[in-house]
Amino acid sequence: MSSIVMPLLVIFRLTLLDAFRRRILWVLVVLTVVVVGLSGLGFERLVSLARANGSSETVIQLGVSQMLIVVAFMFSFILAMTAAFIGAPAVSADIDSGVLLAILARPIGRSTFLVGRWLGLVLVAGTYALASGLLEIGAMKLASGYGPPDPLGAAGAIALQAIIVLTLTLLFSTRLPSIAGGAIAVVLFGMCWIAGVLGGLGIYLKADLMEQIAVVSRVLLPTDGIWRGAIFALEPQVVIAVASEGGRSSEQLAANPFYASAGLSLVYEAWVGAWFVIVLGLAVLSFRRREL
Amino acid sequence: MPDQSSSAPSAAAIETFELSKRYGRTTALAGLSMRVEPGEVFGFLGPNGAGKTTSVKLLLGLTAATSGSGTVLGAPIGDRETRRRIGYLPELFRYQSWLRAREVLRLHAELARLPAGRRGAEVDATLETVGLGDRANDPVGTFSKGMQQRLGLGAALLGSPELVFLDEPTSALDPLGRTEVRQIIRTARDRGVTVFLNSHLLSEVELVCDRVAVVNRGRVVASGTLDELLGEQAVVLRVSDLSAEARTSLDRFGTVATDPADPEQITIRPIDPTQIPDVVASVVLAGGRVHAVAEGRETLEERFLELLGAAPDPEGSAAAHRQIDGGQPR
Repeated sequence: MSSIVMPLLVIFRLTLLDAFRRRILWVLVVLTVVVVGLSGLGFERLVSLARANGSSETVIQLGVSQMLIVVAFMFSFILAMTAAFIGAPAVSADIDSGVLLAILARPIGRSTFLVGRWLGLVLVAGTYALASGLLEIGAMKLASGYGPPDPLGAAGAIALQAIIVLTLTLLFSTRLPSIAGGAIAVVLFGMCWIAGVLGGLGIYLKADLMEQIAVVSRVLLPTDGIWRGAIFALEPQVVIAVASEGGRSSEQLAANPFYASAGLSLVYEAWVGAWFVIVLGLAVLSFRRREL
Repeated sequence: MPDQSSSAPSAAAIETFELSKRYGRTTALAGLSMRVEPGEVFGFLGPNGAGKTTSVKLLLGLTAATSGSGTVLGAPIGDRETRRRIGYLPELFRYQSWLRAREVLRLHAELARLPAGRRGAEVDATLETVGLGDRANDPVGTFSKGMQQRLGLGAALLGSPELVFLDEPTSALDPLGRTEVRQIIRTARDRGVTVFLNSHLLSEVELVCDRVAVVNRGRVVASGTLDELLGEQAVVLRVSDLSAEARTSLDRFGTVATDPADPEQITIRPIDPTQIPDVVASVVLAGGRVHAVAEGRETLEERFLELLGAAPDPEGSAAAHRQIDGGQPR
């Protein structure tokens, strides 16, 4: 057992050390703090102006929640890009530099190396996403007084999205050069989001094919499915109440790409778990067969 | 060097049987059969693209053989636990620039599963051995290529491995660095370490290796000790005024041959090099005049080019040329 756990921990620690020694992580942290600060100020100004103009608290809450979801989307996109950026060279860069030859000539299996690297990256990307997500929600609550119903669920979903992209790029990294793997992952992430938007329009337009495209894309790459969970966790009760009434208004809401009618189902969460097992398994298989 | 004439064969450090590797339609290795004895420095020679690095990767289990089999330190090729007893310096590599030299070796000490209590001392001693003791805490990104190669050599030698694969270990080093690495290799051999030296630097191989194999187009074309590969020792003399009778009398030192194109040049082989002064004295006593004396064995470079079917460089060829039977693989 120690012949697997010990090398796995060594690679895990090496991955963490790699992340902390690189300036990019600290640049991201600083940029995140700046963005959170600026968006907090922006929210505070918007809410102050709305109140000065006599807008009702419900309208303000709706506006702030929608703005928060838009900011969260921007944030999730940046996180996905970051995840692709750190995941894409996770294996390929070490193959290119020749370092991997020296490491794998030691008594360590390729799957152990890969899982150790994945765990290290998941910890880095997940912690960063979760912390920065909660920071943004907290700043918004401070600035506007509005707190989403499930801040931890929302930040967790956004972090999970990043981890999904990270895992996919790790799979690509076993075969593709870093830039190609990262670019493909970001494109797929974007395509899945667009498929999700089309799915919402499909509900409004009653176009089954468009809905099915969204369903299939959420199965193949669950980023958009998880994003829907993040939106649901950020929506105020009043929006959910309108949606639950059914009828034309709920269909119109469905066409809004920054709206979700329901949270994540247990079945879907189970599928996401299975997706991780499948994609990591494919990465291990691919890496084992890779000629070095 | 172990006595190979012993009737009871000792366990080989490396033994392969028709090991081959194909990448798609390209054959990188076309049936490698060889045996490396424990405790010897084994030179693996070949031109670029001959299959040297592929062979090392196969022996380390870094890539799977298309066919054939073999053992390394008595275990089947690729056995993971056996890798604890093996060190490896890859040919082309660039360590993580953000790691410090000491951290690189510590990483390898952990991966090689050296006992935790021994790691610090091993790392320090190895850094001193490869001449990086004063740069132990510097980031590898600030190292020259030669220093990275020294560090790689340190990683390979860490923890007293029984077998070390060195793939072009001096390609980035200056002459002083090469001399130091040769000394490190000799010291490792003195400790009983088997060294598999992959190189195309023939002078380096000639200076440190006990046995060599020459590989070309994925096959071993010759192998043996340097004496076996380069043939018997000979002496070439340029003499004048030597009678035919006196010339014949030199037979007592070895077989005498006269160059048909140059009657003043005679070659005596085989000959014990300690008898060369006696040969010269005999010629002078018989009234002959000696104009030049040279050892007549081929250089490794000449033999290498001959095996590869290339013409030797006349500038670099100081000794007499002759056909030598090379040892056959295995």
